[in-house]
Amino acid sequence: MSRNVRVPVTLALLAVCGAAQADESSITLAPGEGLERVQSYCAICHSLDYIVMNSPFQDRAAWEKTVSKMVKVMGAPITAEDTTQIVGYLDRHYGKGAQPAP
Amino acid sequence: MDRRKFLLGSSSTVAAGLLLPRLGVAGAAASGLPDGTIASSALDTLPGKRPLIRRTFRPPNFETPVELFGEAFTPNDAFYVRWHSGVPELALADWRLRVAGPVVQKPREYTHAELLRRFKRHEVAAVNQCSGNRRGLFAPHVPGVQWGYGAMGNAVWGGVRLKDVLEDAGLAPGALEVVANGADAPMLTGPDFVKSLPMWKALDADTLLAFEMNGAPLSTWNGFPARIVAPGWTATYWIKAVVDLTVTDQAFEGFWMKTAYRVPKGMFGASGFESQDTEQNSPITSIKVNTLIVGPAPGATLAAGRHAEVMGIAWDGGSGIRRVEVSLDGGASWREAKLGRELGRYSWRQWRYDFKPKATGPVTVLARAVARDGATQPETLVHNPAGYHHNVVQRADYHVA
Repeated sequence: MSRNVRVPVTLALLAVCGAAQADESSITLAPGEGLERVQSYCAICHSLDYIVMNSPFQDRAAWEKTVSKMVKVMGAPITAEDTTQIVGYLDRHYGKGAQPAP
Repeated sequence: MDRRKFLLGSSSTVAAGLLLPRLGVAGAAASGLPDGTIASSALDTLPGKRPLIRRTFRPPNFETPVELFGEAFTPNDAFYVRWHSGVPELALADWRLRVAGPVVQKPREYTHAELLRRFKRHEVAAVNQCSGNRRGLFAPHVPGVQWGYGAMGNAVWGGVRLKDVLEDAGLAPGALEVVANGADAPMLTGPDFVKSLPMWKALDADTLLAFEMNGAPLSTWNGFPARIVAPGWTATYWIKAVVDLTVTDQAFEGFWMKTAYRVPKGMFGASGFESQDTEQNSPITSIKVNTLIVGPAPGATLAAGRHAEVMGIAWDGGSGIRRVEVSLDGGASWREAKLGRELGRYSWRQWRYDFKPKATGPVTVLARAVARDGATQPETLVHNPAGYHHNVVQRADYHVA
């Protein structure tokens, strides 16, 4: 029974939210130093929801490993300086224990 | 390249979405996911699909809500979507399958029509499950696509036997692996998503070059016009939009074989893929026995003194399901659930369990499957770095009122 009554609720939400943009530009990351670099480099290959999805459980070393893989294996054209900025941003806003962006 | 057009899951291809109601069926079923995953996921509709749980826009990774697993076969428009890079959109008239390699006697190309005309049609019912299904439920969490329970589906796959195609092209002695490549390409200079199969698996009578799922042509999202079907093995081997088969006499060393999709050696038994085993690790191969409680959704209220029915599905890597057991006392005692019809050893098996909850208050249902090969599910997670083979005995909490 409880499952049946949820259906109209879902439909109602669809009607209310249906006008909202659902393309990847709807993804909002936390403002802060390094955000522009994240937006310009990470989004070359993938939508930025990958970052939010993989939070907040990676410590700085884990984010470093992830970004390093993107550069060394996947070919992301990120300089060492920008890599440091990006890792810093990810650790501050999406690191272990961080609050997800609203 | 000219016949490759890519769907990128941009505004032109993704219709309006909806934030997942936190306490809705999908949300409740996926408790245990990282907070960021819950915040960034939403029900969203890809063209030709019904609303699925969007984990990422680009490449598109969308999983099936648990409540859509109530049928024996997963409807094509409810089937999950998983890509490593852009989704290739191929025209059937231009599509060719190249079969070549150092141990192929008559390298050649086939058109779709030639494959259909030349080879006998074959069908197999099989679960297609992403290696990382349930990765999001790992504790502690590991990076990757944070899937809940829905990166899988069950379908009847139709096509031709891979064996027939390979033998038509002629296998020379020394054939070791068949390397399958799809039309998808990496975004930058990263490794192309290419996977190999050992000869025994490639030549298995149930391994297909499939054109159809559930009687309809594959959708672009699920690998049009042709994909490998490797029943019993995780979906990483089921290369979509396949265009090239290379038979080699050496172990294929691409990134997605040699480095990714690996499990620690011995943690999950023998891989059955010796040419890819190393001292430290093995390729993930066979699906581990598993169960999913489909309904009622965890968190639902059951009526005290009234008949209640828990239903679900169980599957493994192809030995088949011997029985499913349910416990209402935290695992102290187990009773057998009633199995549905056998639909093939690679298919999942539906099950149901009837009981009458007496006392009001919380009740927890545990479910576990036992496969015909004797394997069953672990009580605690077998943690591994890449988050594969999550098949812990599932618990669903209900409230009796």
